[in-house]
Amino acid sequence: MAQSKSRGHVVINTEECKGCELCIEACPSDVLFLSDKFNTHGYHPSAYKGEGCTGCGICFYTCPEPGAITVYKRWDLMTETAECPHCGGEYKVFHEDETPDVLICTNCLKAVNGE
Amino acid sequence: MNTILKKSTSFYDVYERRPGADKLTTTYCPGCGHGVLHKLIAEALEDFGVRDKTIFISPVGCSVFAYYYFHTGNVQVAHGRAPAVATGLKRAHPESVVISYQGDGDLAAIGTAEIMHAANRGEGITVFFVNNAVYGMTGGQMAPTTLVGQKTMTTPRGRTFENEGSPIRMSEIIATLDAPVFVERVMLSDTKSTMHARQAVRKALKLQIEKNAFSFIEVLSACPSQLKMTPSRSKLWVKEVLEKQFPLGVKKDISAEFEKRTFARNVVKNEDIHDILNIVTVDVDSEKIRQYQDKPINEEIKVAGFGGQGVLSLGTVLSEMGMRHNYEVSWLPSYGPEMRGGTANCSVKISNKKIGSPLVANPTILIAMNRPSLDKFENDVVSGGLIMYDNSLIDREPVRDDVDVIPIPATKIADELGNTKAANMVIVGALIAYKDLMSQQVILESLGDVLKRKNLVEMNRNAILRGAEFIRNLKK
Repeated sequence: MAQSKSRGHVVINTEECKGCELCIEACPSDVLFLSDKFNTHGYHPSAYKGEGCTGCGICFYTCPEPGAITVYKRWDLMTETAECPHCGGEYKVFHEDETPDVLICTNCLKAVNGE
Repeated sequence: MNTILKKSTSFYDVYERRPGADKLTTTYCPGCGHGVLHKLIAEALEDFGVRDKTIFISPVGCSVFAYYYFHTGNVQVAHGRAPAVATGLKRAHPESVVISYQGDGDLAAIGTAEIMHAANRGEGITVFFVNNAVYGMTGGQMAPTTLVGQKTMTTPRGRTFENEGSPIRMSEIIATLDAPVFVERVMLSDTKSTMHARQAVRKALKLQIEKNAFSFIEVLSACPSQLKMTPSRSKLWVKEVLEKQFPLGVKKDISAEFEKRTFARNVVKNEDIHDILNIVTVDVDSEKIRQYQDKPINEEIKVAGFGGQGVLSLGTVLSEMGMRHNYEVSWLPSYGPEMRGGTANCSVKISNKKIGSPLVANPTILIAMNRPSLDKFENDVVSGGLIMYDNSLIDREPVRDDVDVIPIPATKIADELGNTKAANMVIVGALIAYKDLMSQQVILESLGDVLKRKNLVEMNRNAILRGAEFIRNLKK
């Protein structure tokens, strides 16, 4: 996935998306669209154009699925990257306040360096 | 606000409880409002750091499986009963955060009584009432909140005021009660209203965490499946149609002046129960009851008379005293709604074998304290049984010749003692003396345990003695 210089960034978990299109309609920057692909449930999941997200979070609060959308608000300030064994590539990483040693992949929300 | 908006830790990572292969998505339809409200609640629980002490109550309805998703304490309750269960949970665990999450069928139809009284008591719980104007899970039937004119499965021509009444505005009703602290109706339609709903959710939960305050948040929500609209169109419908019937806004807010409510946890200790109930226990001297231990006894007693004659308490004294002699006993009252007058009877079984049923159809002993009782039960007595009747009130003799018959002027004797109401104890004394069922001494000693009115114990002892004396004179 392209790592843009946008202020925000949105990651859609395609397997959790039910294709209701509410996020697409709600996005003020119009950077979400319905994918041509199917997920395993037979829905066309929502997808991010890869550029232009402001990190406003409106799609997150519009989406009814708890884990389908992740929004990074200060994407341009997140500089640390790591090789993610789950996603197979270099992605930005972050850590929770209470566990500074565990680096989490921004693309799949799994730890890149073990537990 | 968090810089990363991601799945709240108040949700399970994987919904292990959900059956089937898909353990990542909810059971809600695409575009359903439940998921959004779930997210708002979950986020607040995480932000306030109360996830581990939260008890989330799943109702009956589409959100019946909320316990699949919420990584909190969970209870799934019977239809409509969430506020009642929440009451119990909150009182047993006052430190916890209890959430009653209900739909319109659950809260405003089958559970109307529960929510009204929980709200009226001001239980320290938070109620989220999801109003989508239709029964979602069961297939789109009319809900109490269905709009007039709205077509549903059960109102195919549209709901009419004349036939089905008009939609119930629960928030307004709850707001009329004294105890609720914060009542607001919000909606999940556009971004602005959703973010406003988020604030209401947070305020309500905060009020419970800080002040144990009762809050009621009604959430107008879209059901695209049952409205047969696209998710987008159904959300517009909430704003343009549903909100007209259910105006948004704070219906009641006394949170500023409301002082923290504390729930005194008053646990009764076993050793205090006797004091509270004013029970005095006299230890029974085992020597005195020894002679009754091996006695084969299997008495089925019917005590009958006017209400107020002490018919039921005659039965309780017999069964209580039976227990003190290590007999198996049962006592089953039968009476009308009147405390005085009317007829009353009770069935007492006293046996040294286990008792299967407390019913007495054919008594071995009939105690008749008025004429209708003798008339009614005389023929039921087993052959060889005993009929003991108060001949100061009953103007006929029993016609049975295959039973023992003891007439005793119990009411007259009691009158002479100064209290007509002691007639029942005269009969206790007479019965015990005649059948030698129990130790008279034990009964006299422990009578104070059994009678509620302690000032009458002495008089009742005298009545028992007079009853026994009557039988002794009879036997001479």
